[in-house]
Amino acid sequence: MEYETVIGLEIHAQLLTRSKIFCGCSTKFGEEPNTQVCPVCIGMPGVLPVLNKRAVDFAIKTALATKCAVNEYSIFARKNYFYPDLPKNYQISQYELPLAIKGNIEIVVDGNVKKVGITRIHMEEDAGKNLHEGIEDASHVDLNRTGVPLMEIVSEPDMRTPEEAVAYLKKLRDILRYLGVCDGNMEEGSFRCDANVSIRPVGQKELGTKAELKNMNSFKFVQKALEYEIDRQKELLEDGKRIIQETRLWDSNKGVTISMRSKEEAHDYRYFPEPDLVPLVINKDWIGEIRNGLPELPDAKRARFVKEYGLPEYDAELLTSTIAMADYFEGCVKLYNQPKAVSNWIMGDLIRELNENNIDIADSPVSPQKLTDMLKLMDKGIISGKIAKVVFEEMFKTSKDAEAIVQEKGLVQVTDESEIEKVIDEIIKANPDQLAEYRSGKDKLFGFFVGQVMKESKGKANPAKVNELLKKKLQ
Amino acid sequence: MKITKKEVEHVALLARLKFSEEEKETFVKQLSGILGYVEKLNEVDTSNIEPTSHVIKMQNVFRDDVVTDSLPREKALSNAPDKTEKFFRVPKIIE
Repeated sequence: MEYETVIGLEIHAQLLTRSKIFCGCSTKFGEEPNTQVCPVCIGMPGVLPVLNKRAVDFAIKTALATKCAVNEYSIFARKNYFYPDLPKNYQISQYELPLAIKGNIEIVVDGNVKKVGITRIHMEEDAGKNLHEGIEDASHVDLNRTGVPLMEIVSEPDMRTPEEAVAYLKKLRDILRYLGVCDGNMEEGSFRCDANVSIRPVGQKELGTKAELKNMNSFKFVQKALEYEIDRQKELLEDGKRIIQETRLWDSNKGVTISMRSKEEAHDYRYFPEPDLVPLVINKDWIGEIRNGLPELPDAKRARFVKEYGLPEYDAELLTSTIAMADYFEGCVKLYNQPKAVSNWIMGDLIRELNENNIDIADSPVSPQKLTDMLKLMDKGIISGKIAKVVFEEMFKTSKDAEAIVQEKGLVQVTDESEIEKVIDEIIKANPDQLAEYRSGKDKLFGFFVGQVMKESKGKANPAKVNELLKKKLQ
Repeated sequence: MKITKKEVEHVALLARLKFSEEEKETFVKQLSGILGYVEKLNEVDTSNIEPTSHVIKMQNVFRDDVVTDSLPREKALSNAPDKTEKFFRVPKIIE
């Protein structure tokens, strides 16, 4: 039987505020355990939570960027459950009246554009962290993360393949990064993804029984976990078995999803309105203010790069993957109006060096000024494209100007005809067999001679001149 | 409204409370009585009244995103029944 996969994603994004959502404790990651806690976030009796205004601003930003309708009136609710990382025994979240509803994000998979609906966006507080490894007969609890502001973004079950799910995730992460509301780090857990997956026979309207997948902390794992789960469900149905609604954990070591039976029991959270917090009312002025402050978003920027700079879609997509990269590109183009040449250097040598050295493009040792100065040296014929690669590497290592490197290393291109002729003569003399073959009609050997001359001149000979002179000499 | 023994047991489980059979019977009676009393509210016609989540006429109480001092760790841990120098210590959690 042919099956169709149905995937919906729930994202938890940590908001980049300085302080927690309901108290003034710092949200800084990686600090000493239990040093960023106070009576409010560790649930002492008699304290009152007070909502962080910036967290609300960030959630509104996200809602607008994902075309959601911001609810004028929203309230907070208590979600009640017991777990050691939850000191109050309830999580302050939003339930019946979330901050925003009904938006969408556009994704592109295999050249096809698709809209993925967003059901809702709500605000809530994060829980603490339980540690188990290397501890005998006990677990340890660190409450630094307790009360860090989170945004939960719930999609419609609109995705049909793991590829679509990953495209949605990436697009959402890019948007959050553009907005500056979340750093989008899946490994560190500031951008977490749970997936609801089910399959149904093609043509069937009703959804199949779903499994909820957790613990996928990279895009690759999301892809793999979904692929595994879809296969698992197909096999079950084909064997005439039933799919059980349950939570399953992705085990990246074994490459499988595992049932998490402990969580199945009593999914009864007894939500009720949080009496310690007053309603949140977001009027049109507030929304307007946030809307005016929105940056150009990835889709708009990509489209503009194609239109304004005449770049291929592929280049535009890559160059707009982060604001920093796009800014770098536009910084270069302002200084040197050859968008495609700039794009090639960024996508090739620059990104390779940055990745190899684990440096962010905003901190690149080769600034837009330095890169474009080098490109201008090429245009003037002072260095060849081949030498430029050497100069670039040196610039990356030393942060020196291209011109200084060219001088220091004597890399100026040789255009003087007599000097090039001298090299050509030597090469011809040293390769009599190849010369004979070439003259007897083996045209392919022309490339061999060019290569030899360039090698002999250590890449400094002007390639156009070499071609021109070689043609004459070889006749 | 009549509360059943099963419901008492369910709520007790969710609240991690353990009761004797006798206590359960007591709560069946008491909870049913409380709910029956509150049910009186249903006699009021509320069809034209917006539901409310809060009785105080107040909205949008915010704080600025400013970091303030946290508790010294020693103090934060001081009420815990079990702890190490850095952590709260709880019975092993089996995932």
